[in-house]
Amino acid sequence: MNGTAIAEGLFRAAPEPTLIGGRDRASGRQVFPCPTDRERWEPVDLPRRGTLWSWTIQRFRPKSPPYTGPEDFAPFALGYVELPGATIVESRLVDVDFDALRIGMAMELRLVPFTRNAQGDDILLYAFAPVKEG
Amino acid sequence: MQDVYIIGIGIHPFGRTDGLTGLQQGAYATRQALADAGLEWKDMQFGFGGSDSAGNADTIVNELGLTGLPFINVKNGCATGGSALIGAWQAIASGQYDVGVAIGFDKHPRGAFNAMPAEYSLPDWYGEAGFMVTTQFFAIKLQRYMAHYGISPASLGRVSEKAFRNAVHADHAWRRAEVDLDTILNSQMISDPLTKYMFCSPAEGGVALILASEKKARELGRATVRIKSAVVRTRPPGSFEVFAPSIDIERGGAPTLLASKAAFEMAGIGPEDIDIAQLQDTESGAEIMHMAENGFCKDGEQEEWLANGWTNIDGRLPVNTDGGCLACGEPIGASGLRQVYENALQLRGLGGGRQVPGNPRTGYTHVYGAPGISGVTILER
Repeated sequence: MNGTAIAEGLFRAAPEPTLIGGRDRASGRQVFPCPTDRERWEPVDLPRRGTLWSWTIQRFRPKSPPYTGPEDFAPFALGYVELPGATIVESRLVDVDFDALRIGMAMELRLVPFTRNAQGDDILLYAFAPVKEG
Repeated sequence: MQDVYIIGIGIHPFGRTDGLTGLQQGAYATRQALADAGLEWKDMQFGFGGSDSAGNADTIVNELGLTGLPFINVKNGCATGGSALIGAWQAIASGQYDVGVAIGFDKHPRGAFNAMPAEYSLPDWYGEAGFMVTTQFFAIKLQRYMAHYGISPASLGRVSEKAFRNAVHADHAWRRAEVDLDTILNSQMISDPLTKYMFCSPAEGGVALILASEKKARELGRATVRIKSAVVRTRPPGSFEVFAPSIDIERGGAPTLLASKAAFEMAGIGPEDIDIAQLQDTESGAEIMHMAENGFCKDGEQEEWLANGWTNIDGRLPVNTDGGCLACGEPIGASGLRQVYENALQLRGLGGGRQVPGNPRTGYTHVYGAPGISGVTILER
């Protein structure tokens, strides 16, 4: 997926899309994104697969600012995905019918074009999609 | 610590009042509360007050009189009103003052709150991507709760139905027409599983409470409604709050659990002793979850409670007797004090068409809001 990340330090595109969390050097607690205080937090790759913890559908366009998505709004799914042994991450949910969303379903990380900047480049956002069988 | 009484209550109707600022609505409520107490502004020895987005409360002296009184501005999110009450209560309980006022007011733009990431110590991308929307949080928390404890969409609808039914009899409420269950359930979906009629709206309004020491209250013949407890708590580890890019796998408590426990301990009574409750109902599912978080039932029992009408005016524990946030809207700075106003009114037997029968003696209020804060009060007659 070509494009510009919505922000630096959130994820890596290659070799596989990976979220970068932070691990508290003292307690081992993991969070997303990695806080900027690197004395306390060290960057850590988060698991790419997890299970859907809960979800909803955003059915109206969020106010701008701060929202920078396309003016032409389409409802989108979002929720929290539990990444085993790490943390529970809030995320867009993609490639899934709204009616098919179920707590506990297996999900995996994707990078998706979220909007375009003034130069016409894709802005990339992380998202989770159902794990394809097989 | 000496006992503190609520000797005067005043409210400016909630909703939309184009001609008045939020502060002026607070002043209106204060004049009403003073008249109720049989006092004048110059009798106030101090004030605590606040709004979230309608300016500094201390400028209310321009409206009410330059008496030189000490006035403390409070800004504490959804607990602003409750925190003003705590300040006023402590000022009298400590013996420093005999009589003073707690004021909360607000005036928000139409539509959902548009919070900005920086105000919550969050990175900009979080708002740019569309996560800075409070309704998402409520829906996501509720979705999981419903799946876990078997709460049906019909129960969500019953909470809203009750709110609008109660509000018909509340002069200060905003939405005062009954809405039937089918209409609520089939109205526009806003954030699944919550429809349009299941969310409260940002609004306007003002509330003022005059507090006095027992001695002063008796002098005025107003020693009826006593504050048994008033507490505010922030979030413990592992709680689930608005605007969280990630949450811990090890789930923990909630600010409401802490505030509720502390309030009951302070009052020396338990949930079974409460006659009326005003619970934060930002959306109808919040009222359901807060019934359990505040100790009035176990998780999942709400389904039976609502099917049997146990939270109706004539039920075993009437909840949100003036229609709550669902019918009154939510002017953040005033909302918590509205709940206390309503309980004080009910305990004095002045609830009119919404009066809880059986001479209620105890009233419980609960607010919850961003970024994980809860306030609880218990009043006793």
